[in-house]
Amino acid sequence: MSANQPSPDDAPLYFAREPIFPRRISGKFRSLKWVLMALMLGIYYITPWIRWDRGAALPDQAVLLDLGNRRFFFFGLEIWPHEFYFVAGLLIMAGLGLFLFTSALGRVWCGYACPQTVWTDLYILVERWVEGDRNNRIRLHRQAWNAEKIRKRLIKWGLWLFIGLATGGAWVFYFTDAPTLLSDLLTGDASPIAYTTIAIATATTFAFGGFAREQMCIYACPWPRIQAAMMDEDTITIAYREWRGEPRGKLQKGEKLAEGQGDCIDCMACVNVCPMGIDIRNGQQLECITCGLCIDACNEMMDKIGKPRGLVGYMALKDEAHERAGNKVTNIWTHVLRPRTLLYFTLWAGFGVALVVALFLRSPLDFNVTPSRDPLFVTQSDGTIRNIYTLRIRNKHGSEETFRISATTADDAETRALKLTLEGVEGDTITVPADQLYNQRLYLDAGPASDLAAAKRTGIMIWVEQVGEDEPVSDKADTVFNGKGK
Amino acid sequence: MSKKPTTKKEVQTTGHQWDGIEELNTPLPRWWLWTFYATIIWGVAYSIAMPAWPIFASGATPGLLGSSTRADVEKDIAKFAEMNKAVEEKLVATDLTAIAADPELVTYTRNAGAAVFRTWCAQCHGAGAGGNTGFPSLLDGDWLHGGAIETIYTNVKHGIRDPLDPDTLLVANMPAHLTDELLEPAQIDEVVQYVLQISGQPADEVKATAGQQIFAENCVSCHGEDAKGLVEMGAPNLTDGIWLYGGDVATLTSTIQYGRGGVMPSWSWAADGAKPRLSEAQIRAVASYVHSLGGGQ
Ligand code: SF4
Ligand code: SF4
Repeated sequence: MSANQPSPDDAPLYFAREPIFPRRISGKFRSLKWVLMALMLGIYYITPWIRWDRGAALPDQAVLLDLGNRRFFFFGLEIWPHEFYFVAGLLIMAGLGLFLFTSALGRVWCGYACPQTVWTDLYILVERWVEGDRNNRIRLHRQAWNAEKIRKRLIKWGLWLFIGLATGGAWVFYFTDAPTLLSDLLTGDASPIAYTTIAIATATTFAFGGFAREQMCIYACPWPRIQAAMMDEDTITIAYREWRGEPRGKLQKGEKLAEGQGDCIDCMACVNVCPMGIDIRNGQQLECITCGLCIDACNEMMDKIGKPRGLVGYMALKDEAHERAGNKVTNIWTHVLRPRTLLYFTLWAGFGVALVVALFLRSPLDFNVTPSRDPLFVTQSDGTIRNIYTLRIRNKHGSEETFRISATTADDAETRALKLTLEGVEGDTITVPADQLYNQRLYLDAGPASDLAAAKRTGIMIWVEQVGEDEPVSDKADTVFNGKGK
Repeated sequence: MSKKPTTKKEVQTTGHQWDGIEELNTPLPRWWLWTFYATIIWGVAYSIAMPAWPIFASGATPGLLGSSTRADVEKDIAKFAEMNKAVEEKLVATDLTAIAADPELVTYTRNAGAAVFRTWCAQCHGAGAGGNTGFPSLLDGDWLHGGAIETIYTNVKHGIRDPLDPDTLLVANMPAHLTDELLEPAQIDEVVQYVLQISGQPADEVKATAGQQIFAENCVSCHGEDAKGLVEMGAPNLTDGIWLYGGDVATLTSTIQYGRGGVMPSWSWAADGAKPRLSEAQIRAVASYVHSLGGGQ
C-alpha cells in the first residue's frame, strides 16, 4: 500500500449525482443521431397503426402481440404459441447481432440505438429548448427558486410527461387493436391493465430520460459490463489520440500553437458536450456510450485552430501505439473484417437463413395425433380391438375450414380392415372454426381376425385433407396401432 | 498512459493490488442508498400489511389488509360456480338423451364430466376409463348393467350393491360355490374347463362336457342359457374376450370358489346433514361424459 493512499475507511460511502449539462453541438455524428432518432421513434410510434388485412376473423393490425389469444402477428406472419421457437430464434439473432456489433464497433448500440440513449437525447432536446443551452441551464440550476425557474421547470416537466405518456401509450397499442384501444382509453373504457401499463411506462420514461439518464447506464444496465468481455484490441471505439494531443495547453485567441505543444488546447469542448459527463481524454471508461458527440466537438475546434480533424475519433485500441510509432492511420475495415467478427456474422446469418427456411417449410396443415396411453386399446365383446387417438388440428386460416380424416397402414388389406370413427361426428369430416385449435377424438377399430389386432403394435398413418375450393392439401401423421400381441 | 483527470474527483482505491490491478473504492450513488432505505421501509410496511410474522402454533399475523390466498381461491371457486350456474341448471332440466344434441351442454359435460371423472372415478376405472381388474372398462360396448345413458346415470347416482343407498342397484352376487358347499372341487374344475371352451380358449374336452351339465344346472339362471350373460342379473357374458377379473384357469377357479360381488358407490349419497357426494349436475355431467367415451348405447 503506497503511503499517500487515503485509508479506505476515510472514503465516503456514497456520493450525490453530479448534474450534467451537455452543450449543444452540431456535426457529422450529431446529424446521424438526429436521423436515427427520428427513424427509430417513428418506427416505434407508427408501427401499431399499420393495417394488414387477414380476413374477417383475424385482427387487421400489422404488428400485434395478442397475449389474450396467444397469437403473434407480424405482417404476413402469424405465430402460434407452439411456434415460439421463431421468437427464440429472433432473440438468438439479436444476441449474436449484439456480439457482432460490439466486437466490431464497440458500443454502437449504446451510442445510437438504445432506447435509454434515444429518449434521453429527446429529453435533453426538450430541456435545451425550454431552458437554453449549457450555460443557461447551469445558471438556472444554481439560482434560487423564483418565478422564472418555476415556470421553466414546469414547462419542461410537462413536456417530458407528455412524451412519457405518448411512449407508454404507444407501448400498449402493440398488444391490442390500436384504434379501438385509443377510443377506449379516451372514453375511460379500456382495461385497468392498459391504464396501469401506461402509467408505469410513463413514469419510467419520465424518470429514466429526465433524471436518471447516465445513472441507468452506469449502475443499472448490464451491457457496459458485458461489453468489456466482448471488446478486444481491434474493436473500433471512440478514443483520444494522446500521441497527438499531449502535452496539452491553453491557446489564446489569435495565437499559434507553441513548438512541442500537443494539438489539444484543453478547451473542454469534448467534456462539455458529453451526455455521460466524462472526459474522453482519460482513456477507455465504463461510462462512455460512444455517442460520437465529443468527436463532433473536437473536430469543430480543430477546424478553428487549423489542425487536422480526428484528435478524438473512431479508432481501434491498438491504433494508439501503432500511430504513436509513426505509422499511418489504419483503414477501419481492416479492423472490422477479422475472423472473430466474420464468425459472429456467419452464426448470425446462419440463424437468419435457418429461420427463413423454417418459415417456408411450415406445413399449411398443422396437426398432430396422440394415441391414448390409458388404456392402450379396448377389447370389444366381439374381439374387435379399438385404439383411441386425439387429433389436435389447427386451422390457421381466417375462415372456417373442413378437414377430411382417414387412416392407412402399409398394407392395403389391413387398411380395409381398419374402421375409423370420429367421436360425436357423422361421416369422416370435421369443421374447424377460424384461427382455432380443435381437439377431436378418433376411434380406430381392427377386426378380431386382422393382423393389426393380433400384433403388439403396428405403424399406421392418419391423413388429414383440407377440403376446399382450392387445391386440396393433405398431410399425414405417423402413429401406432396397439394390439393384443405380447 | 498518463492520467490527468480534469473534471472528476480522483477515483479512490482501497490500496489493494493484485498483479498490478488496483481495487477501486468507488462510493455508491446516493440514490442507490435511498433505494436501499426504501426497500427496508417497504419490507416493514409489507410485513404489517400482509400476513408475515409466524405465531407459535397459530400460523402467522393476519396483516392489516386481511389478505388470504385461501380466501382468494374460495372466491375464485365461488365465481366460477356462479358462472357455471346457468348451464348447470339447464343440464339438470334437460332430458338425459337430449344432452348430446345441445352443443353447449356437450362442451360442458365433456369438460366438467371429465373433471369429475378424474377426481372421483379414475381411482377404480383408470384415468382413461380403461378399467382395472374388478372394475369394468367404460370404453367398450360391453356393459354389465347396460350402457344406455339413463342406466349409466342411475348407476352413478345410486351405485351398485352400495349398502348406504336404499335405491342402489341390488343384483345377485356371484355365489361362493366352494365356501358355501354348492359345488365339489372336482365339479368346479369341470365348469372352469367348460367356460374355457365356450370362450374359445384351449380346454380339456372331457371335463368340459361334464362341466356343461353342471353349468346348465347351476349357472344359467344368471349367465343365461347361452352363457352370454344377463344384464338384469348383472352377470357377465362368458363367451367373449372381456373379463372383469380374468379368464384364465386360476382366476376362473377362484371366482367360482369364493364368489364375486363388486361394489360401485352411490354418488348421490349424503352423510347426515351434509351435501351429497356429487351434485345432480355433476352426476349428469359424468354420466354423459362416460356415455360419450365410445361404448355408450
Ligand atoms: S449502457 Fe445500457 S442503458 Fe446505457 S446506452 Fe448502453 S445499453 Fe443503453
Ligand atoms: S466520451 Fe464522447 S463518445 Fe463517450 S459518451 Fe462522452 S461524448 Fe459520447
